[in-house]
Amino acid sequence: MSRRAAGLRAWLLQRISAVYLALFVVYYLLAGEAGGGYAAWRAWLAQPLPLLAMALFFIAVGIHAWVGMRDVIVDYVHHAGLRLLLLSIVGLVLLASLVWVFLALAEVSR
Amino acid sequence: MPDKNTRPVFLDLTRIHFPITAVVSIGHRIAGVLLFLAVPFAAWLLRLSITDPAGYDAAAAFLRHGLVQGLLALLLWMLAHHFYAGIRYLLIDLDLGVDRVAARRSAWAVIAVALATLFLGVWLLS
Repeated sequence: MSRRAAGLRAWLLQRISAVYLALFVVYYLLAGEAGGGYAAWRAWLAQPLPLLAMALFFIAVGIHAWVGMRDVIVDYVHHAGLRLLLLSIVGLVLLASLVWVFLALAEVSR
Repeated sequence: MPDKNTRPVFLDLTRIHFPITAVVSIGHRIAGVLLFLAVPFAAWLLRLSITDPAGYDAAAAFLRHGLVQGLLALLLWMLAHHFYAGIRYLLIDLDLGVDRVAARRSAWAVIAVALATLFLGVWLLS
């Protein structure tokens, strides 16, 4: 996609990820697992659908949070160096979180 | 697209008058930033809780801590606000509820339903 359309791509990714995140919240409220102890939690997450839904959830969180935090930082932080620093921190936090999530999901599916 | 954008930008938060639609909008942003801050904790808790039973108990104990319970209530409110306000924005993108009366009404509805969700959640989980 051309540079001209880069904003449009972010706009679209923000909305596609938003729809998935909303659907996941509803799915987890209806069919999720919480408070049933370790065995139930692990057994629930080891099933194919919850595992895939959870992986996609954190990928969608990563995309959605990146676009949203970038919008907020670009609007309110005008000092170029500080802006770059904050964007780098946000990116690193999201990447590290995704690595942690995928280590967890790899552990479950082992 | 030209690099020099000469259109005026006015983002002085202390001097902008906030109609209810703007309150929902800035609330959506504040909620988004707070939810972002929760992401690394969620990732940490997911890995901790899934690795072994001791980790699960540690994660459960962390979530039951008094201070954390307060933060969880705040996060629930922020998530609810972000969720309902986000649905409102998706509908507005589809040209639904764009006129001023409808937009103000739906903004009040977002605030009310988010608070109702907070109270329902705290009541159900405590």
